[in-house]
Amino acid sequence: MTARALINVPPKARRGEIVEIKTLIAHPMETGYRVGLGGELIPRDIITTFTCTYNGEEIFRADFARAIAANPFLSFFTTATATGTIAFQWSGDNGFSATEQAPITVE
Amino acid sequence: MTPVRGALLFLIGALLVAALRASAAEIPPEQRRSDYELMGPQTRAMQDDDTANPGMLGVLDGEALWNRRDGAANKSCADCHGDARAGMKGVAARYPAFSPVLGRPIDLEARINTCRTEQQRAAPLKFESKELLGLTAYLALQSRGMPIDVGKDERLTPFIAAGRDLFNQRQGQINLSCAQCHDDNWGQKLAGAPVPQGHPNGYPVYRLEWQSLGSLQRRLRNCVSGMRAEPYAYGAPENVDLELYLMWRAKGLKMEAPAVRP
Repeated sequence: MTARALINVPPKARRGEIVEIKTLIAHPMETGYRVGLGGELIPRDIITTFTCTYNGEEIFRADFARAIAANPFLSFFTTATATGTIAFQWSGDNGFSATEQAPITVE
Repeated sequence: MTPVRGALLFLIGALLVAALRASAAEIPPEQRRSDYELMGPQTRAMQDDDTANPGMLGVLDGEALWNRRDGAANKSCADCHGDARAGMKGVAARYPAFSPVLGRPIDLEARINTCRTEQQRAAPLKFESKELLGLTAYLALQSRGMPIDVGKDERLTPFIAAGRDLFNQRQGQINLSCAQCHDDNWGQKLAGAPVPQGHPNGYPVYRLEWQSLGSLQRRLRNCVSGMRAEPYAYGAPENVDLELYLMWRAKGLKMEAPAVRP
């Protein structure tokens, strides 16, 4: 099963308008510092990188660290320049990879 | 005034305050309010926005399960119940409900598992599993904004009373009852955090401390171990009676599931 994600991109914007983009993705963000019931270290399992592209051009990137809570939520802003697609990509430990995209219409 | 007399007066005063506190009764209906109102603005904002509320990730899981065929009968929930958005509206606001088969109340999680074992002929889902929490959250979402309406069935009356007794029962190493915090001292601070009235109108909730969705029974077990008492097992009649009493006590409050709680 792919990771569940929730994306909030305004479907419509005026050209030049500053829009807020919000993303939320299901991920345990296991720190690697916790111990299990048997005293053994639970291995690290986190998202390490997030990138957002707008019509193919990178507009936002974030490196994640161990202290970020489970199910990480991000909010950032961009300027609506053209109608097209905003795409999101998360990758992390154990080959974790997820992608989502949302359309935006600019008038 | 001599120091001894001063100390004595203080002691009497303290005893009087304690007596008043101890005699505090159930919260009058007009003062009952959702624990949402005691949360900080950031946590409220998280709950209010469906794309920022991590509980909605569980709802997506639940929606997928609702439509997935499973078990020896190869049936999905939707095969019998149709579209949950229509058929399941208001259902969660009426649970726990009386089960004639068991002769006692069952909660929504147990009801889902009854369907699984009897209709789908599949293995019951484990308590606090992603699947059971997801399905419960998906069902509870269909009652969002509707008032809690539990306890109309007269057969539930003795179980509501049993739940109330448990709620008022002092227990554990610190000899504390649920009522001492949630009836008598709600709105005060405990370790810097406000003590809520303890209403179950948003379960399953996404609790920030847990970093996951969790059921009302998990919350109850949490509270009971905080009282340094032995928590009741998942599915134990005591837990269900408490759930029933809490829902009855919160009658009329609007359902918020999946709520976010600190």
